Amino acid sequence: MNALKLIVRNALRHRLRSALTVAGLLVAVLAYGLLQTVVDAWYAGAAASSNARLVTRNSISLVFALPLSYEARIRGVDGVAAVARSNWFGGIYQESKNFFPQFAVSDNYLDLYPEFTLPDEQRAAFLRDRKGALVGRQLADRFGFKVGDVLPLRGTIFPGTWEFIVRGILDAADETKVTNLMLFRWDYLNETMRKSAPGRANQVGVYVLGISNPDNAAAVSLAVDAVFKNSLAETLTETEQAFQLGFVAMSNQIIAAIRIVSYVVILIIMAVMANTMAMSARERTAEYATLKALGFGPGFLAALIFGESLTLCILGGGLGIALTAPAAAGFKSLAGGIFPIFAVSTDTLAAQGACALAVGVLAAIVPAVRAARVRVVDGLRAVG
Amino acid sequence: MIPLNYVARNLWKRRLTTTLTAGGLALVVFVFATVLMLDAGLKRTLMTTGEYDNVVVIRKGSGTEIQSSISRVQANIVEMNAAVALGADGLPRAAKETVVLISLNRSGSQQASNVVIRGTSPAGLQLRPQVKMIAGRLFRPGSAEIIVGSNIAGGYDGTRIGERLRFAQREWTIVGTFDAGASGFDSEVWGDADQLMQSFRRINYSAMVLKLADSELFERFKSDIDADPRFAGEVKREQVFYSDQSKALSSFLSILGLTLTAIFSIGATIGAMITMYASVSNRVAEIGTLRALGFRSRSVLAAFVLEALLLGLVGGVMGLAGASAMQLVSFSTTNFQTFSDLSFHFLLTPAIAVQTLLFSLLMGLLGGFLPAVRAARLNIVDALRAA
Repeated sequence: MNALKLIVRNALRHRLRSALTVAGLLVAVLAYGLLQTVVDAWYAGAAASSNARLVTRNSISLVFALPLSYEARIRGVDGVAAVARSNWFGGIYQESKNFFPQFAVSDNYLDLYPEFTLPDEQRAAFLRDRKGALVGRQLADRFGFKVGDVLPLRGTIFPGTWEFIVRGILDAADETKVTNLMLFRWDYLNETMRKSAPGRANQVGVYVLGISNPDNAAAVSLAVDAVFKNSLAETLTETEQAFQLGFVAMSNQIIAAIRIVSYVVILIIMAVMANTMAMSARERTAEYATLKALGFGPGFLAALIFGESLTLCILGGGLGIALTAPAAAGFKSLAGGIFPIFAVSTDTLAAQGACALAVGVLAAIVPAVRAARVRVVDGLRAVG
Repeated sequence: MIPLNYVARNLWKRRLTTTLTAGGLALVVFVFATVLMLDAGLKRTLMTTGEYDNVVVIRKGSGTEIQSSISRVQANIVEMNAAVALGADGLPRAAKETVVLISLNRSGSQQASNVVIRGTSPAGLQLRPQVKMIAGRLFRPGSAEIIVGSNIAGGYDGTRIGERLRFAQREWTIVGTFDAGASGFDSEVWGDADQLMQSFRRINYSAMVLKLADSELFERFKSDIDADPRFAGEVKREQVFYSDQSKALSSFLSILGLTLTAIFSIGATIGAMITMYASVSNRVAEIGTLRALGFRSRSVLAAFVLEALLLGLVGGVMGLAGASAMQLVSFSTTNFQTFSDLSFHFLLTPAIAVQTLLFSLLMGLLGGFLPAVRAARLNIVDALRAA
């Protein structure tokens, strides 16, 4: 009981120093949490994608399309329940910083994505209108799109200015699905290309395959690729999740850098914290010697120092953890549409807590050893 | 004036504290410097990718070579423009190129990356004097031979000389490695334009690169192309073209890095402040003695500010030393705009070194100023009594 009292008293002795240390810890724990959340957000698209869908693309790279004639042949492969077409459009809305993904999709595409919900009348209106488009809720909120709006895009891959009419707003069935996207009719794209550039018509970017049994994903993928082996356009089929992870992996050095940096911030704060403890212990050398002279053992002194260090860390870390969620919400709204999913996971919170505790323990080691070793005579003579 | 020696010895006396504080500052400085170096490296890579007198022609609105397409007829029209320089053989110095992406596996992992493969011609090689063969030989026109840039060679499966890559229903033999003077071409694979177009079943070129007879002719050439109704082309100087392509990546890296640095510097400044406050409170009696000896409070203020600056400088030098070691490391990532892999080095320029040291001094100053003011304001009598 007395030890606890001493610890609290010690921590409060230099209020300014303790307050600064706690503030430093708070900033570090908060920064660590936000960085981890950024990394999570990067993987959000992949985490939300399904293993029950396969994506078939040209094996050379995504730049190359697949012929429309493949659709029927893919449907014929055992285990394939449905085949939908999807083309990356790559259009620019007003200016290039307004980037959002747009896909030209076949009419049955939404059947494969039950996680998107759409009122039936909006879906019917979309299928009736060749220039119809569906926008995700996040996208609609970002630019204020409403049903009936005309949405012009400047094509980069498909030249010209394209006009679409918003016919529906897509909602996600659950929070984790990204709805920062726009879908429009594949027929519109194809018929326009047939008129302006016949050589580029009847080309499909990727086929999305629904399979009857998700456990057979690997076997079905191999079967599909075997059909087109040694053809003009060889295919590469993988689960949607692997397909999405492929995109994430392309920037994996950036992600690695963010990860490293998030540990650097912990190192920085460890230096600050260790410094605080070293200074406090140094100033109290004479007191520690007095305690020893009174008969307290080195273990008691170590407990005092560890206790004080942990008190500060728990305080700073706790405040940091508490502030992470509001800060993430603020960050999300500041970042605009870059991170459609930006939620702090419980893993992140746990890691923050673990880091704060580790800092507290590590920072106290050297001062505790020093205090335990100090000789009573030297200690009493010491001047801070 | 209090001698500098006194200031330095104060730091030396409390080595552990000084090291820890300077270490914290050094880490922040390290992050700050590497971000700037990364951006500088990216910019240099793209600057050296282009020659000032070279001009790139792409389809209007496409933005990148990969999205662009130019038909053979259009290419011939562009080539015949009077502004295009003629070579010693009397032919226009223009290269009609096809640029696509292929996905290659990084060595030792199953991760595929998109790599640019550029179909070019002898004229294209002449237009880029920075490209030099460092091993093997050039591809022979009309054959299924390819050469790889120095960042590709060995970094991906099957990219060593003599190995073969299979794509587009053909085996392609690697016959050489080229060095493009740390430019973006180092992350590309080059082959014969006609062979590649044939294999990829493409009838159109992607883009054209040509040399102007005279740099002054750029505006005229541009207006000729803009006004020509036979195609919608977009003309850019090669340097501008490549730096436009990485604007998004460059601003992403700097915003990310500077935000991080800003957050971290709060932590490190707090660290410096704690150290300096402690330095003051430990030496109350000493400060009192100095004042009693006749040193003005200004001198005390200066001494403590100097101590903080010195602390910042130590941290800055440590951080900078670490950052300069990063020059040996190369960084590769996907350029969001072209969707292809680009690798570049961390580049330490004198300007970055100066900025970094100023930044560390600033952190030291911010951390040390308030404690120094407290030291300067101490009452002599109270301070002496503290002993």
